[in-house]
Amino acid sequence: MAENVTPRVRAPREASVGEVVSVRTLISHPMESGMRRDGDGNVIPRSIINRFVCTFNGEVVVDVTMEPSIATNPYFQFEAKVMESGTFNFTWYDDDGSVYEDSSDITVS
Amino acid sequence: MTGQTKRAVAAMALLAFSASSLALWADEDADLVVNGEIEMIVRTEAPAHLDGALRTIYSGWVFRQDDTQAMQMDDFDNPGMLFAEQGQELFNTAMGANGESCASCHANAEDLTRVRATYPKWDEAHGAVQTVEMQVQECQTESMGMAEAWGQNSQEMLNMTAYIASIGRGQVIDVAIDGPAQATWEAGKEIYYTRYGQLELSCANCHEQNYGNYIRADHLSQGQINGFPTYRLKNARLNGTHNRFRGCIRDTRGETFAIGSDEFIALELYVASRGNGLTVEGPSVRN
Amino acid sequence: MSLTRREFVGTSLTSAAAFAAFPSMSFAATADEAIAAYTGGAATSDAGITLIAPEIAENGNTVQIEVSAPGAEEIIMFAAGNPNPNVATFKFGPMSGSQAATTRIRLAGEQDVIAIAKMPDGSFLKAVSNVKVTIGGCGG
Repeated sequence: MAENVTPRVRAPREASVGEVVSVRTLISHPMESGMRRDGDGNVIPRSIINRFVCTFNGEVVVDVTMEPSIATNPYFQFEAKVMESGTFNFTWYDDDGSVYEDSSDITVS
Repeated sequence: MTGQTKRAVAAMALLAFSASSLALWADEDADLVVNGEIEMIVRTEAPAHLDGALRTIYSGWVFRQDDTQAMQMDDFDNPGMLFAEQGQELFNTAMGANGESCASCHANAEDLTRVRATYPKWDEAHGAVQTVEMQVQECQTESMGMAEAWGQNSQEMLNMTAYIASIGRGQVIDVAIDGPAQATWEAGKEIYYTRYGQLELSCANCHEQNYGNYIRADHLSQGQINGFPTYRLKNARLNGTHNRFRGCIRDTRGETFAIGSDEFIALELYVASRGNGLTVEGPSVRN
Repeated sequence: MSLTRREFVGTSLTSAAAFAAFPSMSFAATADEAIAAYTGGAATSDAGITLIAPEIAENGNTVQIEVSAPGAEEIIMFAAGNPNPNVATFKFGPMSGSQAATTRIRLAGEQDVIAIAKMPDGSFLKAVSNVKVTIGGCGG
């Protein structure tokens, strides 16, 4: 199980109506691919974040299915169009059943 | 040609230095400004003690490709900052029998901005040169009542040293090499110029005589440590100075010194002093 | 129902334990097979999709890739030379501001990175970018 998983998000705090804003996310996670072996030759079991979802006021911005080829400490950058004030919710789903969440509010005027 | 020179040439051929390479590095003139506000010194006149061995000293950042360079220019793009933040949490977390955190004594973390820039440093009470890691360990066992301090290369220590470096970013490195530290510095210099391993390579063979040249498909840096701990793309984690030294000596096919050994403490002081005039970049991003 | 090899792999992947039990088996479909499975063998156009990848990556363990396909419902990314060529699928929802995304991926050596965009009319766009991966000077 991954330890000390820390999500970080960066989205603007303010925007104008209809503005397309850039959102970035980073989360500390080893993304163990299941392809590696330890010093004794035993396979290190796969343990990755397999899905990431960003919503704004409950509607999907982007929904990403992730495979072991995503690098350690997964990073995403994408854009959202904001028509009203609200909240971005960010959710990462781990193979081990853990769910990591973060959020960011934005005032749209 | 002396026997020693012949061996050196053979060793270089083995490591495939590109002898004819005129291209130096990816972006020789690029400047590093982090978050649009922290201005780094990535090239400057070499300190006097180098006595002409290098004319200009360069941060390892200038030897990296654009993509890697860019990752260090913004804290959000720099995964090393994730671990510096975890270090900041540890800084404010009580540990040990006395229920104290680092912040109990160092309430204003900004008071520690010069730490990374001035260590390793002579410690009068212990009569020895101390690294930042040793200082943290001393706080833990002598002030905070911890039975056992963090290991020098533990994740906690790497996170903490990344945090301590991060609050000193942009500070000009100025480690003292005279006075009581001089003997240790001399010992470190001796190690720097000593050939190790079956390949019989010294630190200087690569990082003083061949920086900017290719070693296989990679550009050799000057081996400056102002960016440590450094987030390396190859293992996607923070890497400490002594761990890096160990990797270098291992690659000479030699028996390495241990992390935290007197030899590596001396070498760290000496190598740090070769970067006097550069700025603290840790946690940096390297390949 | 007959399971294709790829569907079978997908099913077993839902269990990390099952995955770990056969790590050395070369069960992953090739990129061509994976693409064919995704597009149903439909022809792809190379207009309207942009894939930005470094020509030379300094380290294959962390390579930043950017993909953009205006109007796409989904973009799927493959690394043709990886043991499992699937990398990620981006599904763009109603709140997306563009059909573009950047991520960092692993590349096990020089290979083609491939992006396929699925358009609302059922057509597919495809972009390919060859990335050379630097072999580091020192393992240090």
